[in-house]
Amino acid sequence: MSEKVLMKGAEALAEGAIRAGCRYYFGYPITPQNETPEYMSRRMPEVGGRFVQAESEIASINMVYGAACAGVRVMTSSSSPGISLMQEGISYISGSNVPCVVMNVMRGGPGLGNIAPAQADYFQAVKGGGNGDHRRIVLAPSSIQEGVDLFVDAFDLAEKYRMVVMIITDGLIGQMMEPVEFKTTVDVSTLVTPEWATTGRHGRTHPNIITSLTLDAAGLEKWNLALQRKYADVEAAESRLEEYLMDDADYAIIAYGIMARIAKTTVKLAREKGIRLGLLRPITVWPFPRKQIQSYAGRLKGSLTVELAYRQLFEDVQLTLCDRMPLGWYGRGGGVVPGPREILQAFEEQLLKGR
Amino acid sequence: MLVGELLAHAGMDEGKEVTWLPSYGPEQRGGTANCAVVVADEPIASPLLTEPQSAIVFNRQSFDKFAPLVAKGGLLIVDSTLVESRCDRSDIETVYIPATDIASELGNSKFTNMVLLGVYLSKVGPVRLDSVFGALEVYLTGKKSSLIEVNRRAIQAGIDYVMTKSDSVG
Repeated sequence: MSEKVLMKGAEALAEGAIRAGCRYYFGYPITPQNETPEYMSRRMPEVGGRFVQAESEIASINMVYGAACAGVRVMTSSSSPGISLMQEGISYISGSNVPCVVMNVMRGGPGLGNIAPAQADYFQAVKGGGNGDHRRIVLAPSSIQEGVDLFVDAFDLAEKYRMVVMIITDGLIGQMMEPVEFKTTVDVSTLVTPEWATTGRHGRTHPNIITSLTLDAAGLEKWNLALQRKYADVEAAESRLEEYLMDDADYAIIAYGIMARIAKTTVKLAREKGIRLGLLRPITVWPFPRKQIQSYAGRLKGSLTVELAYRQLFEDVQLTLCDRMPLGWYGRGGGVVPGPREILQAFEEQLLKGR
Repeated sequence: MLVGELLAHAGMDEGKEVTWLPSYGPEQRGGTANCAVVVADEPIASPLLTEPQSAIVFNRQSFDKFAPLVAKGGLLIVDSTLVESRCDRSDIETVYIPATDIASELGNSKFTNMVLLGVYLSKVGPVRLDSVFGALEVYLTGKKSSLIEVNRRAIQAGIDYVMTKSDSVG
């Protein structure tokens, strides 16, 4: 099927995962992504997959861990407080070198917060969450279509690097509808069970053992160094950035996900006023597209970082650009989503006035 | 919500870019439940409607909330059966239509939304009427397909009202 269908984000993303070959979904309901498990519960049996509504998010992520050890395409999804509960499992999965996809449809926080759109789990996704030195590839689509397309990459990357790939989106993309096209359908019969999978010895001389436990310090350091080498490979090869109207730009807005999309309208409004504004949109927020953004140092008169959070993305922008250009910041929290004109006003106040 | 979905679907069928963004909080259960629809010829950047070109309001709370937001030169459509207020803005056009009464005459006040959609289509028409009728057939299937005809008549009633006796202030 390649024609466009009008779908809600949370459902289209679920279908995107199935098209990407996902056949195992374990989850627990939470707004604003309930349509994802609901859709999975209906579709998984149709495609020969398995859907389990677990008793909690902690159970969900550990079921994902188990399926991942069997070498299948598996995912879970949740929203902010639910993703917090999954952090232990994500750390174990990362420490065990097995692949899976986790989607966070972010909502207002901290705590239970509210169900409105937010990007306040950036630090959790990009820098931390669970214990120990581990990283996740974090993909941040800014439209439903891009989210669907990225699901194929998400599973490919997870398997290539044997690590957790997280898709971070928000309640706005989860709840809105727009036409979407499913361009790729992975034939699951072509997927090969990896040699490390714990699916039985089948005549092999050695057992496959998957664990995140290494009691011997030297041994665990060696294991950590191997993880670090893998993360360095990912940083070198997998960062992605969209550059929008940057060829002649004097200034840039730096934003990801839904805020990048809203800021595109800000860019158009600014250009109507003769201001040469462009947009730099990280598609991967880890690895952060550091080199690509650094290439604008010396070429721009300044940038404004825009996010639905308080100086989280901005911290990575600061680490990337340091004092190499004036750095403005505009963020809203608690589920408030600013419109294009509010962003333009912040841009003009911080970067144009008195310069 | 359904009116918005029909518009979005009709736009998509015409090859246009569309977005549909609902209120999904507690207001979905009443009050100012709303959806924002963008139909455009170019890819849509922001799906937010901070300054809508048109607003269709079904009740008093929505009138109070959305009438001030309509962009200058825009259109406000009001169900005057349920909303007694009058808009005091002179920089927009306001259409008052007793949509609930008209729908009740057609058999059920549940068709009020279609009457108001008819008004919108005859005034603005970002999508063709036949595309909306086509979208109705996508949404009303199985047992509900028997409702297609009366929904079409309700849309037509809204269009006819504008043509004949619209109480428009602009």
